[in-house]
Amino acid sequence: MDTTMKKLPPKPVTAKSRAIKWGGWIISIAIIIWSCTGIDFGGIKPTAGQITGAIFNGLFHPDWSYVYNGSGEDLVSQLWQTLCIAFLGTFISAIISVPFAFWAANTRHKKFWVSESGKIVLTFIRSFPEIVLALMFIKAVGPGAPAGALALGLHSVGMLAMLFSEAIESLDDGPAEAITAVGGSKFNVAVFATLPDLMPAIVSNTLYRFDVSVRSASVLGLVGAGGIGYPLIIALNYRQWSRVGIILLGIIVMVVVIDWISGAIRKKLV
Amino acid sequence: MSATDRDMLKLPKKKFKMWNWVWVILMILGLVLSVNNTQTSLPEFFANFDQFAEIFVQMAQPDWSYAGTAIPYLVETIKMAIISTVIGSLLAFVYSLLIARNIVHNRVITGVLRFIMNIIRTIPDLLLGSIFVAIVGIGPVAGILALTVFTFGVVVKLFYEAIETIDPGPSEAIKAVGGNGMNNIMFAVMPQILPYFISYALYAFEINVRASTILGYIGAGGIGLQLKNTLDMFNYNQTGMIILVVFLVVLVIDFVSTKAREALMR
Repeated sequence: MDTTMKKLPPKPVTAKSRAIKWGGWIISIAIIIWSCTGIDFGGIKPTAGQITGAIFNGLFHPDWSYVYNGSGEDLVSQLWQTLCIAFLGTFISAIISVPFAFWAANTRHKKFWVSESGKIVLTFIRSFPEIVLALMFIKAVGPGAPAGALALGLHSVGMLAMLFSEAIESLDDGPAEAITAVGGSKFNVAVFATLPDLMPAIVSNTLYRFDVSVRSASVLGLVGAGGIGYPLIIALNYRQWSRVGIILLGIIVMVVVIDWISGAIRKKLV
Repeated sequence: MSATDRDMLKLPKKKFKMWNWVWVILMILGLVLSVNNTQTSLPEFFANFDQFAEIFVQMAQPDWSYAGTAIPYLVETIKMAIISTVIGSLLAFVYSLLIARNIVHNRVITGVLRFIMNIIRTIPDLLLGSIFVAIVGIGPVAGILALTVFTFGVVVKLFYEAIETIDPGPSEAIKAVGGNGMNNIMFAVMPQILPYFISYALYAFEINVRASTILGYIGAGGIGLQLKNTLDMFNYNQTGMIILVVFLVVLVIDFVSTKAREALMR
């Protein structure tokens, strides 16, 4: 038997690719070790285990009386307000996003720097902390739900306009050219070619953003911008664990239901 | 031109789609309801626009001397993000193998574990932060724990889907030439999923850097605490400086990590 057949061919590894591989590993491990230094791992409360137990106990014995009591401060009305904040915020941002998307989209008839500048502006909006934005709006319209809705509306533009502009970039030129060829005006092109092509992407991305906004809206209350976050932080501070439990359950159920509905709609659209 | 010719020139009538109108009406209803519930009034906002703009103008003139104070906190924030990305994605690695249906064939186990994962994924990062602050107290540990759970949620979802789409060919080939289970994982499964894993971990790291900068606001360590302090003292110039350095760091990390992910996927 020919023994040479049993040998595997050597792996296609050059000195350079090996150096890159090992270099990458060494650098990443060095970074990880560096990051463990200088962080104060002490200072954990001695009662940590006890509180964890209390929270889980609260999750399994929630305060059912808080679900609905008609006062407008109960779980259902707070969750409803959270949903309303998310809806309004998404609605506002969807409208603002359209012009931004056309600005940032890198299409053929545009100068390079125009779309680049639009992209940088969107990145800036994206990384501007939502909470700071909420606080700025609280200064302008006072604490409460409006500040949350407006902050969400402005913050979501960063992400939503980017998604829209990607949809615009992937548009097919065909329909627009066809309409120009049969003598359609620019308005005709926009109404009969661009908009119908763009609509599914706009709706689907907006729905996706609504999912994210529901999560954000449930957090904005932590700084006083309305929604379920405020009662949660109060309950945490006053150690009402059964109330913390019911609020967490409420948020989880709300997010799951919204994800499920919007997922079903998006599946139908595509 | 005969009548039939004229008929042919006409465009076909658009089908009347009732559902489109139902959606439009639902949207308007939702808008009215939510404006009503939140009591939002745009006129009020525009009336107070100068207040809003004033903060913005102050932020646009960052206090450069404050950078020296801000940067050590920023470094702490990045360290928090790194530690939690590493722990969270390692946990996610093991967990994803357990819920991938082409690795674990027991539907009951994968179903229950997936249910737990989906619940963990629904909780927003800041909520996790405030719960962990209540549990372990104020400090970076709360932030690290919150981000670890958050990373876990992000990576598990992406990674188990990647595992389920791997090509069964290499595994079968290794079994066919007499390889055992260990050989199978080492030479067939790992080479296929490792690039995905590193890519998703980097992606989670990008999100974590953003998230960790505000976690401090609720007392979970990092630069967020300074953000809160400067905002509470109305030092908007310093807030502007913090936002600027955070923006630059996020930009650099996003760039590096995107390039690294592109290189991995090639």
